[in-house]
Order: sequence, then structure tokens, then C-alpha cells
Amino acid sequence: MKYIDGYRQGDAGKFLGKRIVENAALLADKHEPIYIMEVCGSHTMAISRFGIRDLLPPNVKLLSGPGCPVCVTDAGYIDAALSLARKDVIIATFGDMVRVPGSKKSLADVRSEGADVRICYSPAQAITLAQENPEREVVFMAIGFETTMAPVTTLIPSAEACGLTNLSLLTAFKLVPPALNALIADAEVKVDAFICPAHVSAIIGAEAYRPYVEERGVPCVVCGFEPLDILYGIDNIVSQFLNGECALVNQYSRVVTDAGNATAQKLFETFLTPVDAGWRGIGVIPMSGMGIREQYEKYDAAKRFGVSTDGGSPDPGCMCGDVLKGKIIPSDCPMFGDACTPQNPVGPCMVSSEGSCAAYFKYER
Amino acid sequence: MCLAVPMKLTAIDATGKGVSELEGTTYSVDLSLTPDAKAGDYLIVHAGFAIEKLDQEEADERLKLFEGMAQMYAEQDTAK
Ligand code: SF4
Repeated sequence: MKYIDGYRQGDAGKFLGKRIVENAALLADKHEPIYIMEVCGSHTMAISRFGIRDLLPPNVKLLSGPGCPVCVTDAGYIDAALSLARKDVIIATFGDMVRVPGSKKSLADVRSEGADVRICYSPAQAITLAQENPEREVVFMAIGFETTMAPVTTLIPSAEACGLTNLSLLTAFKLVPPALNALIADAEVKVDAFICPAHVSAIIGAEAYRPYVEERGVPCVVCGFEPLDILYGIDNIVSQFLNGECALVNQYSRVVTDAGNATAQKLFETFLTPVDAGWRGIGVIPMSGMGIREQYEKYDAAKRFGVSTDGGSPDPGCMCGDVLKGKIIPSDCPMFGDACTPQNPVGPCMVSSEGSCAAYFKYER
Repeated sequence: MCLAVPMKLTAIDATGKGVSELEGTTYSVDLSLTPDAKAGDYLIVHAGFAIEKLDQEEADERLKLFEGMAQMYAEQDTAK
């Protein structure tokens, strides 16, 4: 498939790597090392998998950001799902969530105790589950950034259309722009430029990052998830610093438009409303999540069953919060690779296929 | 989690569901987020839903750029 392989050609990668090294050498005389944060977990995974860090000179550093929706899901949200699972509710979820530890246990633990946990590849499968089990309640674990939020939100109009009364959503949706605000505002976090997420941007549009560039002076480059996309983005950021520029660049113009996906945005507006949201290890970021609008609250599992998804008490030794803010790299965590492994994860960053700890464990040990 | 792959939309069935193809395997794709998708389009598919269309002109142009870089690298390499 040329639209995948074409963006992975080794020689083009070497060409870009060489140009980055050359430009970075010129930059080294006039600038401190630059810290580039890849916000999105899929970028983190691709950077590790394709060995991109190895191509970069010492004064160009990549930091992983909070962009893995599984990793930023609070332990309290998992606890809420566990309490529903114990009440004989069918829990429908993306596979990544099953092993994420709550305060004490994970969905995998309660499943082995007999709870009914079903893994869905697509949220649409929750509709079928609800239709096939009319006498039972089905709760879909509605997590995700804007990318995943769009497919998941279609469950509400689909349930309306099918007249379903036994399906609801336990929401922990997260928004990328408020997280960027929080990172920029955090004095302990050193970020000089953002590699903006590919598919979140497909939904919200490249222009969403304009304020960070113009008001905060942080270059933003939207990149695809293929290795050449990422290298070309880094190359652009380095040359921006070399030329004293600060620009918003959409390197993923084959998918991302300025305004984003209007159908998805309309869907959000109709069914959802911004809410404060807790980010695991980071804390509450104002208006950084989306909840279900009041007129559709029968689809809101937290209200329907009276459960709280706040906080919880995750393992205090897990440093996921610092990993997610780019303050430390996973191997700095004392539990990394010893007490915490993908087989025996302590925190969500080690569970999720796109968590930074999992990426480092798999590719960069 | 936000990973999504480009797939070619081969047909739209009577119920409005898309049929897409990637490397010989056929997938069913929900088109509710890309209502103007037509057969022949490439779609970015995430969690069973097309989240956006792939602009082939932009995609091809970028491929050409990368091919050019690969060629330049290979030439520099042999010149050494
Ligand atoms: S290595 Fe494990 S315990 Fe440490 S930050 Fe990562 S997930 Fe948490």
C-alpha cells in the first residue's frame, strides 16, 4: 500500500536525519537544546518503533506528552466501571482498558471473578450487544481524545434511532487543546515546540493550534504517524528555530484540513458539553473533557447508576504523571522494567499499547 | 489509540455501510462521520469508522517529495 510504505522509505529518512543533524549543528552555537513534545501516544510509539531518537543530535530532544487516552484515565474511572461490572452490567470496552489498574483491581481481575466484560473493536458493537441483551444493561467505556470521541459519540444518535433503553456511556473523554494549555503554563515542563497529533487534528483542524503559535510563541507542526512524516516535522521545527521563526505548519495535509471534520464537530455540539476532567497523575484540568448534555442524560452511565468517576487512589509509586508531562522518561521511574512490566503493569503507561512506558520497554531498553 | 489506517473504499452497500479494502482483506466501515465519501476514495479508518478522507493529490505530492529525498541521498552516497 503506497500510502503506508511510501512514507517509510529508509533513504528519505536518512536524508532527513542528515539534514536535521546539519541544521542542529548550526543551531547549537546560538540556542540551547530544543525540547520537542510529541503530544500523541501514537507518535510516541512510532518514534520508538522506527528508532527516530537514534537519528537525532544531542541538542534536539523529544519528549512524550499526555496524548494516550488510556494512560490519562483516572483510577477512579476504572473503579466506577468495576462497581458496575459487579452489578451484573455488561461492560463493553476497547481492549486497551481491560488491564489498566484502578485503585486496587482491573477489569481483567473482575472478569476472572465472573464479571461480563466484552472487548469491542468498534463502538458500534455496543449497539449490537444492547440489542442482543435486551434484559441487561450495557455500559460502554467512552474514553478517548477527539479522534475516538467522534465514533463513540455516534452511539447516542444510534441508540436513539434503534430505540435502545439499555445502553449508556461511562464518559472520560479528553480534549487535547486544554492539555496543551496546561503544559505550557506549567513552569516545570520544558517544551519549545509541539508535534501535534495526526488524527485528533483531523477532527479539530490545524487552525486549533493557532493560539499556541501566535499568543504563546510555541511552534506547532501537525504530523502524520509514519516515520517520514515525523522526521519531516522535526526537520521543520529545527529549521524554524534556526531561522528564528515560529509558525503553525500542517505537514499532514493529506488528511488534516484547517477547519477539521465538520460532521464530527456538529456531533459533539449536539450531544456533548465541556466539563472539568481529571487526568491521571496530572490532576484536574478545567474544561478539558466532554460529558453528555443534560437532555441526553439517560445515556450517561455515571448519572444513570449514580457512580463517581473521580480520582481514585492509584499506586503512589507510579510516576506516570511525570512521564505524561515529559518531566521524566520512563526508565527514570524506579519501577520501570522491574516491578512494572507489560506483563505486570503498575500504571496505565505500561499497559496501553501507546503508553510511553510500554513503548520504551518494547523498543528502547 | 488514535492510530488509524488508510483504506480504499470499494463500495457502499444498501444500508449505507462502506466496504473497504486493505492489503487484500475486506472491512466494513461506518461512514457516518464522512457523509460525502464515494467509492474509490481513500479513507482514514479508526475504530471501525472513517474519520476523514485522504486527499490523494496531497498524498501523492508528498510521496514525490520523499522519493526525491531518497534519490538525493542515494546519489550522495554513491558519489562518496
Ligand atoms: S514504569 Fe510503570 S510504575 Fe513507572 S511510571 Fe511507567 S507505568 Fe508507572
